[in-house]
Amino acid sequence: MDTLLVPPDAMQRRPGPLWLLAEVTYRCPLHCAFCYNPVDFAQAGPELSTDDWLKVIREARALGAAQFGISGGEPLVRDDIEILVREARQLGFYTNLITSGVGLTEARLAALKDAGLDHIQLSFQDATREANDLITNTRTFDLKRKVAAMTKAAGYPTVINCVLHRTNIDHLDRIIEMAAEIGAEYLELANTQYHGWAFLNRQALMPSAAQLAEAEAVTERWKARLGKKMRILFVTPDYQTKKPKKCMNGWGEVFLSVTPDGLALPCHTARMLPGLEFPDVRDHSIDWIWHESPLFNRFRGTAWLPATCQSCEDKDKDHGGCRCQAFMLTGDPGATDPVCPKSPDHALIDAALAEAEKPGGARPLVFRDPKNSTRLGRAF
Amino acid sequence: MTENTARPAIHRLFRFQWEPAQQAHVLLYPEGMVKLNQSAGEILKRCDGARTVPEIVADLETAFNASGLAPEVEAFLEMADAQNWITWNTD
Ligand code: SF4
Ligand code: SF4
Repeated sequence: MDTLLVPPDAMQRRPGPLWLLAEVTYRCPLHCAFCYNPVDFAQAGPELSTDDWLKVIREARALGAAQFGISGGEPLVRDDIEILVREARQLGFYTNLITSGVGLTEARLAALKDAGLDHIQLSFQDATREANDLITNTRTFDLKRKVAAMTKAAGYPTVINCVLHRTNIDHLDRIIEMAAEIGAEYLELANTQYHGWAFLNRQALMPSAAQLAEAEAVTERWKARLGKKMRILFVTPDYQTKKPKKCMNGWGEVFLSVTPDGLALPCHTARMLPGLEFPDVRDHSIDWIWHESPLFNRFRGTAWLPATCQSCEDKDKDHGGCRCQAFMLTGDPGATDPVCPKSPDHALIDAALAEAEKPGGARPLVFRDPKNSTRLGRAF
Repeated sequence: MTENTARPAIHRLFRFQWEPAQQAHVLLYPEGMVKLNQSAGEILKRCDGARTVPEIVADLETAFNASGLAPEVEAFLEMADAQNWITWNTD
């Protein structure tokens, strides 16, 4: 009986996005060499206005999105974050601020809390220009300690994300200890995903197999010691595990990201892909972008998959892997993700891994800043 | 853990709400969402930190004109506790 109440075209419609990620700015006071932002971010157009963002928030919520993430760059360099959070929260979004903590003052935190911010994720950067690791970069650590104390006092659980790479992974024991000292409830240890600046710096960032094995052992020891007090999530690197991952749970299935200059993307790194038109949120509704735009339909589902994947039993699990990775490594965004051992291009991954086994600790890093961005002028 | 006087409440990391797009109650948490079936939704709706488990059971039995719901409710709350969805007020 109920189905009679549903208009026929609505029955055929796919669900809307569940997750809206607002990358509100590419500006950032830090210069992480593992940043996934596009290398040529300095060439992006002007940032969206507050009203543009409010429109995006309302339209995405109307489609059923329930998660609202704010990141960047460093989102706190914008002074309208409170306004966006208030609107999103009022509409029923769960609101999550992803920040380095730089710029988070007591006053700002109080305003965000008042606006209804649900959650703060603090990222633990450490590959800065001044120092390549957390150990020597005490200024960063002091800042995180201060920010964590402040957010905790405001009633937020402390959730820390730390990107692991060749130059900090040997200090993992100390990193976890610091997170525990700070009183973190959750610690996400994410191995670098090689996109944007991280791809540019891949050779300098990729740990050896031995480093990685040691890091996993260290993590297991701390997990056993801390139990429920601090939950640790170790995100394995897909190069080493050779397991392709779905683009953000499937291209155009749950995730919608909007760049600082207003392009809607099915994955936060997709703007590097060639031959695609990225819809501007000022020219199109989120509804049209999600359901109708050629971009969101381009790699949806599995019908478009290359022959290697079409005949594979895992195709529903991983949809052929990451489109950006396929493009960066093979030049073809429609190829099987080379991290898959069945990919005809898998030798590229083995070559990168072999490179990581060559001795030599520190390798030169290109830091993420506007000058390097303009000089290099390419996506990755 | 679940003494008769303890009063379950939604954990502060989660937000419980009705989602029109899902036509279901959900639990929202950082970067995720649990879509709840009807009975889970009805139980969690009553986990307000003020009612004890026997009170929740009695309330559900009245609302749904049923009896003997205690085992189902207790099993669900045990699972919800293991998932960190709820905490217990004991004072
Ligand atoms: S990864 Fe580092 S440089 Fe990139 S946006 Fe985050 S804090 Fe800024
Ligand atoms: S061949 Fe394609 S579908 Fe099969 S595991 Fe590899 S990437 Fe996934």
